[in-house]
Amino acid sequence: MSGCMRQEPDGARADYNFAYLDEQTKRMIRRAILKGLAIPGYQVPFASREMPMPYGWGTGGVQVSAAVMVPEDRFKVIDQGADDTTNAVSIRAFFERTAGVATTTRTREASVIQTRHRIPEEPLREGQILVYQVPIPEPLRFLEPRESETRKLHALEDYGLMHVKLYEDIARHGHIATAYDYPVRVEARYVMDPSPIPKFDTPKLADCPAIQLFGAGREQRIHALPPYTRVVPLDFEDHPFEASKPDHPCGLCGATDSYLDEVIVDDAGGRIFVCSDTDHCEARRDSGHVGEDTA
Amino acid sequence: MIADALAGGFADPAIDAAHAFRAVMDAMARPGTIRPVAGAEPPAPLSPAAGAVLLTLCDTDTPLHLAGSLDDADVRAWIAFHIGAPIVGSDTCTFACGSWADLVPLSRYSTGTPEYPDRSATLIVEVPELTNDGAVLMGPGIRDRAHLSLPEKDAFRANARAYPLGLDFIFTSGTRIAALPRSTEVL
Repeated sequence: MSGCMRQEPDGARADYNFAYLDEQTKRMIRRAILKGLAIPGYQVPFASREMPMPYGWGTGGVQVSAAVMVPEDRFKVIDQGADDTTNAVSIRAFFERTAGVATTTRTREASVIQTRHRIPEEPLREGQILVYQVPIPEPLRFLEPRESETRKLHALEDYGLMHVKLYEDIARHGHIATAYDYPVRVEARYVMDPSPIPKFDTPKLADCPAIQLFGAGREQRIHALPPYTRVVPLDFEDHPFEASKPDHPCGLCGATDSYLDEVIVDDAGGRIFVCSDTDHCEARRDSGHVGEDTA
Repeated sequence: MIADALAGGFADPAIDAAHAFRAVMDAMARPGTIRPVAGAEPPAPLSPAAGAVLLTLCDTDTPLHLAGSLDDADVRAWIAFHIGAPIVGSDTCTFACGSWADLVPLSRYSTGTPEYPDRSATLIVEVPELTNDGAVLMGPGIRDRAHLSLPEKDAFRANARAYPLGLDFIFTSGTRIAALPRSTEVL
């Protein structure tokens, strides 16, 4: 993809500043990231820039990635776990062109991973940075539309609304029906929106050795989790949090412990379940694991 | 003096600042870890590490307070040329830089508001040496416990008690940095 382009010695295009953003913008984002790390789970406002892609395509994540990236990084992008979707491919190409960084699809080899709505199956390690693309950073937004009010609720540590919402789930459905974007409490202080990751991934937020950064471009907010931060899903004693996934093995690699996508395969209602994390699935198949639906 | 003020910035601003920021971010995300930063050669008494942090984080948008002996003509000239930060008093600054003795008392700095605790000052504290002994640290970013040589303990304990309000600290010594966010508990 990058082979056809005239490249500078370090691999980046000379007509852009390193990693696209100008230095003053990067400093502004970097200051927001530091305050975010100092106050885990708190949403720091930042002056989100117009990016050469529409809001909703991960502009927040892209700006955070641009602000933390160094030329020696190896960059991975996943969209719902997949390295090969349009969103992931175009963001990867964007940083190949503007920052000249090496890219990879392997979780293990990546130093910076930008993600839309998944946490990789492979446990992250120290030294890695996970950058989330966040659509709505305010966990209380659908319960209270006014920013001035939600700010106050966070300041007063008043999270009763969220508990009522979860309780109403139980009253209506018999269980907490929130399956993704599950609200969490960070260090017993801020309730945080983890971006729309499936409930299955929520426990991976806690005690993670990697730095986790969350960027919401349209909403102009950055929040962060330093490594080894206490992150607890909100729940009730009689209705404890449960990480759930489809009750099937992966049709391609046979994994029973990974998050699965349901894929319709024909016009007759045929469907298979496959790993949402394409790198995890490929690595398993390469090492000889076979699922039931492998043709 | 003019020649000195023009020299000593990042040779390759985008790349040097990216590397310096990774060191600062890593230090802030993992309180107690000590990281090298390179690329800046500011006039004495400003340390190369403090110079790199200022070049990486400060600009015309960040009022800066220079405490005590750091408020010197050469340092001001260097900052005016390379950074452009307005030099202000301690009560309105977003960054302050100086020795611990010159920076205290901490009540002089903004610790943010309950709605916006991020609107608080970051203190760049020049210390004679940085070592992984002395105060015991616990909190986000620390697996069990970390150790860091702090200039004192009580001021940082009081700062942590005001959480989520509070100040965040970057310690600089020679070409090395460490950090202590307000979320860290100092035992």
